[in-house]
Amino acid sequence: MRLLAAALLVLGTALAAAPAPVQVNDRAVSNGTYPQSLAEFGFFSDAAGTVPAPGVIPYRLNTPLWSDGAVKSRFLYLPPGTQAKANGDGLLDLPVGAALIKSFAFGGKLVETRVLLHREGGWLALPYVWNAEQTEARLALAGKRIDLTTPAGQAISYAVPNKNQCKDCHNLANVTTPIGPKAYNLSAEWLTGLAKAGKLDRVPAVARRIPRWEARGKAAAADAARGYLDANCAHCHNPQGAASNSGLYLGWQVTDPIALGVMKRPVAAGRGAGVHEFDVVPGQPDHSILAYRFASTEGGIAMPELGRESRDPAGEAVIRAWIAGMR
Amino acid sequence: MRMPATLIAAASAFALAAPALAKTIPVSAGEGAQARLQEALILAEPGDTVELGAGRFVLTDGLSLDVKGVTVRGAGMDTSVLDFTSQKGAGEGLLVTSDEVTLRDFAVENTKGDGIKSKGADNVVYYRVRVTWTGGPKESNGAYGIYPVSSTGVLIDGCKVSGASDAGIYVGQSKAITVRYNYVEQSVAGIEIENSRDALVTGNLVTRNTGGILVFDLPNLPVMGGGNTVIDGNLVVGNDTPNFAPKGNIVAGVPRGTGVMVMANDGVWVKGNRIAGNPTAQVLVVSFPKPFTDKTYNPLPRNVIIGENQFSGGGDDPQLPGGEQLKAAFGGRLPDVIWDGVGKQGPVLNYPGAYLSLGIPGPDVGMAEVRPQLVKPVPPSALKTPAGYGAPDALDARARP
Repeated sequence: MRLLAAALLVLGTALAAAPAPVQVNDRAVSNGTYPQSLAEFGFFSDAAGTVPAPGVIPYRLNTPLWSDGAVKSRFLYLPPGTQAKANGDGLLDLPVGAALIKSFAFGGKLVETRVLLHREGGWLALPYVWNAEQTEARLALAGKRIDLTTPAGQAISYAVPNKNQCKDCHNLANVTTPIGPKAYNLSAEWLTGLAKAGKLDRVPAVARRIPRWEARGKAAAADAARGYLDANCAHCHNPQGAASNSGLYLGWQVTDPIALGVMKRPVAAGRGAGVHEFDVVPGQPDHSILAYRFASTEGGIAMPELGRESRDPAGEAVIRAWIAGMR
Repeated sequence: MRMPATLIAAASAFALAAPALAKTIPVSAGEGAQARLQEALILAEPGDTVELGAGRFVLTDGLSLDVKGVTVRGAGMDTSVLDFTSQKGAGEGLLVTSDEVTLRDFAVENTKGDGIKSKGADNVVYYRVRVTWTGGPKESNGAYGIYPVSSTGVLIDGCKVSGASDAGIYVGQSKAITVRYNYVEQSVAGIEIENSRDALVTGNLVTRNTGGILVFDLPNLPVMGGGNTVIDGNLVVGNDTPNFAPKGNIVAGVPRGTGVMVMANDGVWVKGNRIAGNPTAQVLVVSFPKPFTDKTYNPLPRNVIIGENQFSGGGDDPQLPGGEQLKAAFGGRLPDVIWDGVGKQGPVLNYPGAYLSLGIPGPDVGMAEVRPQLVKPVPPSALKTPAGYGAPDALDARARP
């Protein structure tokens, strides 16, 4: 009996020490259901969702979306035998069966993991919320409010988006689509590595790349700001996005000053305009609606409308510097 | 028990048809309403009805619907209330982004941004929906009450809006629109049709707003060239609420006390309305007054026809530069129809009576340069009357079957 117990103990220890490698569950990615638990996808080798499973590739964006200071980890999954295709300097073309995974952490604890699944019928966005024990993340179709403290020390009611809100941002001409992995916002090193691994058909040529956020001090003020606007605004503010009717388009490649808001009057901004008449008044951030809405946290005024409950001083600074330096 | 073959066939047919059969998803007010209602809106399938129970749904975040052909139906605009007083985020109370949606018999109160927005949502019906900011007109109220935009096929029928800090009912960048039998009060603009075509605005009561019914066309937007619109048989009465729009809004420039206002647009027919007691102007026809660089934009109104309307009172407290002198010059009240005078009289405006031209020589000039004068009607010219306007008939069946 004692022997058996010892044997079981040894076996248990061995299992804990060397768990069978988790395989990504391609069926969970591709079939028509909404898995209730993140673990069903098998994107991570550990229950705590920190160690990517084989085939799940970490990446970062040069300048990311700011989400109340959350520390984000991003992963790309490509099914065995498939590869991404370069698409000019824009969004990588990812095959059916691919997934994008993004985890949000505050104070070293995971709060939520959002997945984008490329199914036969198109992309599907689903939010998963982590339990306090950090052992499981469960589907939160209707989103969730979570009280937490930002890295800046501010207590906020953090908003996990609901499934529809996922699409509000991930929406191009009413079709759900990824936002982040655009070649112009990815490093050349990462793209090269992906191509060398046979997971990308070729390294896309990128003439102008969004600067790395950490190195924004060395970038031109306009580039830092435009990179930030691309990552934080352009998913809605583009001609096919949720804010298409505004006529304000903030993508990295936009050149028309009016579309960028310069001396452009708002259309349906409501009280979001405050006392100001133009989106951007060159040289005058204090009179620019763009800077005003970025500095607000009040519903109906604050931009972005979703995903920001507190102020982003660094983001505000690059926008203000860009407007201030504009002639 | 053996089932006869015919019954089996019938049962199989039923099983096959079952997914297409509409189901009703009841959602009651009370604890957890936010998550339960949002989940119902996500899990609904085309043809389903999400049925709101009686009572007050206390909501902390915006709701959204992205499934085609869903009906959201309450127990009545005074009975099922979506209460957003404690809303924390999102730009509106309810956002609809799918086609063929019907919203009926419920209320939305005190949203931080817009009340109900439908974007890129074709053939949408709003029927007997109420949107209210319960504290009366305030700058901190949300902008639009009912806000369909970028859509083809819009019917807004029997709704009630109060307190919008921009427009109570705003239809933007859309086509094939009917706005009828609604009651809009205490908003900056009662009903606003902007950068849209083929709209019929009829049988509405708009009162106690800053401006009653506005038809605008603005530059620098993806959809421009508004017009082919009919304003027929409305009660536009006593719109005298001081303008409380935030300064940056285009409607912040609407003078307090405007009945019907047409800015730019091609083809607007104003007829059969009762227009009474609007203290600045009963009908105001103007060009876009601000500088712009958009070469594809025409700032002038064209083909505006003011037909037979019943006018009474109004024009007796004009909030226009030089208004007092004008008022005195016209014996205590301004003429019913006022035109800014930009452009040529005939192609711009047709009205059978004498009307006031403010004599503004061109866009973007100071009011000091204006030369107001009474202009005599030109003989009925070859102005085109709008045709082929209004929402598709099929939408009627969803509102008033």
